[in-house]
Amino acid sequence: MNLLGEPEVTEEGEFVINIGPQHPSTHGVLHLKVWLDGETIKKVQPHLGYIHRSIEKMSESLSYRNFIYVTSRMDYISAHINNQACALTVEKGLQVEVPARAQVIRLLLAELTRLGSHLLWWGCTGLDLGAVTPFFYAFREREAILDVLEETCGARLTQNFMVPGGIMYDIHPNFQKRVKDVMVQVKSKLKEYDELLSGNVIFQGRVKGVGYLSPEDAISYGVTGPAARASGVSCDVRKWFPYDGYDKVQFEEVLDTGGDSYARYMVRMREMQQSIHIIEQLIDNIPEGEFQAKTKMVIKLPKGEFYQRVETARGELGVFIVSDGGSSPYRIKYRSPNFSNLCALSKMATGAKIGDLIAIMATLDLIIPDIDR
Amino acid sequence: MTNEEIKQSVSAIFPAVTYDETGEFLTILVEPAEFRSLMKALRSNAEFKFDFMFCLTCIDWKTHFMMVYHLLSRTHRHNIVVKSKLSDIKNPEIDTVCDIWETANFHEREVYDLFGVKFKNHPDMRRLLLDEDWDGHPLRKNYVDENMISL
Repeated sequence: MNLLGEPEVTEEGEFVINIGPQHPSTHGVLHLKVWLDGETIKKVQPHLGYIHRSIEKMSESLSYRNFIYVTSRMDYISAHINNQACALTVEKGLQVEVPARAQVIRLLLAELTRLGSHLLWWGCTGLDLGAVTPFFYAFREREAILDVLEETCGARLTQNFMVPGGIMYDIHPNFQKRVKDVMVQVKSKLKEYDELLSGNVIFQGRVKGVGYLSPEDAISYGVTGPAARASGVSCDVRKWFPYDGYDKVQFEEVLDTGGDSYARYMVRMREMQQSIHIIEQLIDNIPEGEFQAKTKMVIKLPKGEFYQRVETARGELGVFIVSDGGSSPYRIKYRSPNFSNLCALSKMATGAKIGDLIAIMATLDLIIPDIDR
Repeated sequence: MTNEEIKQSVSAIFPAVTYDETGEFLTILVEPAEFRSLMKALRSNAEFKFDFMFCLTCIDWKTHFMMVYHLLSRTHRHNIVVKSKLSDIKNPEIDTVCDIWETANFHEREVYDLFGVKFKNHPDMRRLLLDEDWDGHPLRKNYVDENMISL
């Protein structure tokens, strides 16, 4: 019997253990109840809600300018992209045209965020699988990106920089030069990363063939982002439903057909190169002009429903706003990428060994505050 | 397929459904009784093939609950919204779709948790985010929390 009075061994002789909510590899407070037969996983049941802050309920009493700031605390690693999604939804409701300058800066910041997010993931994946060095390498580059963001936005994690109509302030005069420097740095280090971890035999042994997800399952479970693209499912919102001028930049949607943890790893590694590619196209071509369209002080959306999706570093984030014509949303729903990706965890982990669960979670790249909201 | 063609094909099988085209996506309004068979047809019929459910949620309109399902057909690149009105405020109920789209499993549990809408034949109808012994359903408009501080 455990503390809750539940049996630790089922009648079939399966061992029931709890991983989390304080387990370091869950990267937050995710609680997994795992049924084990020896070392083989029979069933995984996620228990959520340890960091539920009721963001959707809270937003119902916040104005259309204010609710955006709460979303930085959802997927805090891609705060910019969350803000962008909300700003786009409000703009869709207001039918405001965003100035070209603001659009380009938004893309630059979003791609910098994606790059920073993938770097963090790369470091943590190494750490989860027993390699400590990648963490320090990745944070060296991530620091450089965060410094650039801090200079322009004033914050390192919860930037709150994108507002309905554009961006809050114009970029810092040093922005272009520093971004270029960072790109040179990250580009040269990506090769080092491959030498350090991607080609490592021990690492490959931990991830190859582990946590297979078939394309049909990926679609049915609503998996998006790098996790789905590693199964060969094309789902990049930037390509499918371009927003903020993604249709004007050249980049590839990274796809892999492996479907295992190694494929998910490689998709993210290649996505970093694509992000750099996008940034390099835009950094010298920021148009002059306004950085924010004029909007009313108190925003009121017309009666109706507005849906906007964006591609965060982890998949498709959808913002669904129902407006009754007032100054705050009547109902707001965040279709969070991590929530849907988590649905597939049980499917991927069943039949795997318990050590593989860590590799699967690491390559799914779950951010718990985004799941609980 | 255009919205008109989707409407024609859907009406051919389900003559009772109504449509709303004021929003961004074509919206199909269906009665809860016909809801499950409509969803099955939307998923499997070759002309629709709505294989990806990207959002599932509920809206509390005080007089009724409105279930909202956002669907995407990856083959034909259509988006549609299916809505179903639940008039029974005291005991709202609708059929589950989690055997049609696996992702609905957790999303339906979330709606059950926060709105109190029950999903018939759902394999695991428990609360998802809140404690099992939590009182009430927070996203309902009439939910009152004594500890809530308004800023």
